[in-house]
Amino acid sequence: MSESQIVAMTMPKWGLSMTEGKVMEWLVEEGTDLSLGDDVLDIETEKIANTFEALDAGILRRQIADPEDVLPVGALLGVIAPLEITEDEIDAFIVTFLANYVPPEPEEEEEEGSGGYEELEANGYHLRYSKMGTGDKVILLVHGFGGDADRWLFTQQPLSSNATVYALDLPGHGKSTKKIQDGSVEGLAKTVIAFMKALDIDSAHLVGHSLGGAIALKIALIEPALVSKLDLIASAGLGSEINNEYIQGFISTDSRKEMKKLLQKLVADPDLVNRSLVNDMLQFKRTDGVNAALKTISTGFIEADGSQSDIMKEELHQLPMPVRVIWGTKDQIIPSAHAESLPPNVEINLLDGYGHLVQLEAASEVNALLAS
Amino acid sequence: MARKITYQQAINEALDQEMARDKSVIIMGEDVAGGSGGDGEMDAWGGVLGVTKGLWGKYGDRVMDTPISEAGYVGAAVGAATAGLRPVCELMFIDFMGVCFDQIYNQAAKFRYMFGGKAETPIVIRTMYGAGFRAAAQHSQCLYNMFTAVPGLKVVIPSSPYDVKGLLIQAMRDNDPVIFCEHKVLYTLEGDVPEESYTIPFGEANIVREGNDVTIVTVGRMVHQAMEAATTLAKEGVSCEVVDLRTTSPLDEETILESVENTGRLVVVDESTPRCSIATDISAIVAQKAFGSLEAPIEMVTAPHTPVPFNGTLEDQYVPSPGKIADAVKIVMGYKA
Repeated sequence: MSESQIVAMTMPKWGLSMTEGKVMEWLVEEGTDLSLGDDVLDIETEKIANTFEALDAGILRRQIADPEDVLPVGALLGVIAPLEITEDEIDAFIVTFLANYVPPEPEEEEEEGSGGYEELEANGYHLRYSKMGTGDKVILLVHGFGGDADRWLFTQQPLSSNATVYALDLPGHGKSTKKIQDGSVEGLAKTVIAFMKALDIDSAHLVGHSLGGAIALKIALIEPALVSKLDLIASAGLGSEINNEYIQGFISTDSRKEMKKLLQKLVADPDLVNRSLVNDMLQFKRTDGVNAALKTISTGFIEADGSQSDIMKEELHQLPMPVRVIWGTKDQIIPSAHAESLPPNVEINLLDGYGHLVQLEAASEVNALLAS
Repeated sequence: MARKITYQQAINEALDQEMARDKSVIIMGEDVAGGSGGDGEMDAWGGVLGVTKGLWGKYGDRVMDTPISEAGYVGAAVGAATAGLRPVCELMFIDFMGVCFDQIYNQAAKFRYMFGGKAETPIVIRTMYGAGFRAAAQHSQCLYNMFTAVPGLKVVIPSSPYDVKGLLIQAMRDNDPVIFCEHKVLYTLEGDVPEESYTIPFGEANIVREGNDVTIVTVGRMVHQAMEAATTLAKEGVSCEVVDLRTTSPLDEETILESVENTGRLVVVDESTPRCSIATDISAIVAQKAFGSLEAPIEMVTAPHTPVPFNGTLEDQYVPSPGKIADAVKIVMGYKA
């Protein structure tokens, strides 16, 4: 009976491509009474460094992983158990866990087709996407300018426990077609609509970040029946201000240093931008056709004077579905002031102290909102 | 997760994609096509190790077999480059550069300068280098340092399948002569390589491992030896930063100096012989420009000053090993002023 109260804390899987993580630092001592969502330890993956938050409440009885350890997904990091469990029982639990633990085989994943990513043709584009979960509810995640499906690294899996969650690479991004036909918000919205129809999605909870928010909002305005619920995270399309210096810098830079400085504008805590993230963005930008695509898309939603061109704020009130806006107050790309003075049918959530990539920086808060 | 292919396949894919994109790209070299007049395999050797296999069938006359006369066909390729083509010329082994060195260092490397920028020579010379292949003294040398010494040449030495594709595409698009050095032992190495075309700029070193105690600067195959040493040393509590130069000309001095300023210690690993080499060059630059940051004398791990031995046991001893690199790191770590 007592054994069932022992909980293993294991290496999380943040995104499809994550196979292992590096333990950086424990943020709590053994013996700490953890509440759900407490910061427990820092983990670095090949994509990003992040803080692992407690998924279970209870007392941290053991720290198994040491700083600098590189461990596969699912490996034992620590043990949570109430005080009445004896040390011997914990030892026995660890022995059993280690005996039964099988690290994931990266090779096996590949045989299923490039590790969980799938592809389809829609509106003249080849689009890559990933799908997680099997629930009846459908959620579609739309990333922003310069991003890709991995922007939902900490979002997609948690939401997939009771829903089917799709994240796509927009045209010009990720592994989707780089040659843009219509780079306007409406043009991209029509492509996402074609994507949904290709997958026979009648209606979905749309979650859009930044430019992806403007695209999701446009879809809700063009075909409201397709959208059961709308979440706009640090969204474009709600006001004229945008950090055009960031956008233009992102398009033009090919230097690691500059790219790092630019990416640091996306988050409130600059330490989150590690070398791998910088390399990933440069690799993306050095792919043939990407810079031209980014340029075309940027002119589709930003005027020559550097302000946003497609502002849909005045049309929000007519949307029939629940609409929510989520914003980090330290957003340096699109000001969180755009969340103010929205019509009463919009639920507003400001998250204090986070930047533009709030779904990465404050993953558990954003996930809790999205799941509610 | 990206698709995994070998270093050799990545070279082939880069050539294939760039030939499809740009009609001015041609391939010249010994046995690069086949040309025996037979069917299938008979007519598609694709070079001595099959790197260009399949391209002759796809691009026909744009893949040209040449006589065994490097002076002749490298010269022809240099001329073709000045006249508007983008030849990718295969000099089977870097050891053979002696027979066509005039065409490379005194012709191709000089045109832009001597004609006031009016002439460009966008030629890529692909060549195999390095020991460990039991190919003896005349087919195993590591001579990229000689090309690096010549102003007007760019020298690229890729260490991974990802890098070799992006750097080769960059080389073909570059308007200057590029000596592209492929280590034959790396040909079977597998790694993640995107299917799309992409480039990697010259002069940007890659920090393949971050660390705080000692900087290991290296290039080509030695990156893997250094990484193996770094993994072993991490277990002993020594944190190594491994810098892969990727290109020795242009050279990313900034990354090297920043890393040494952070760690205070430098080990240079170079497969060449020890005199007048990349190892001595990097050591000189760091000694001159980051002297104040150094907490220990610089260590160099290189081959000995001898020809590459044919005897397998000796050849294995000749090439810098992870063990020798780890020993050098321990020397700089243990230094007391």
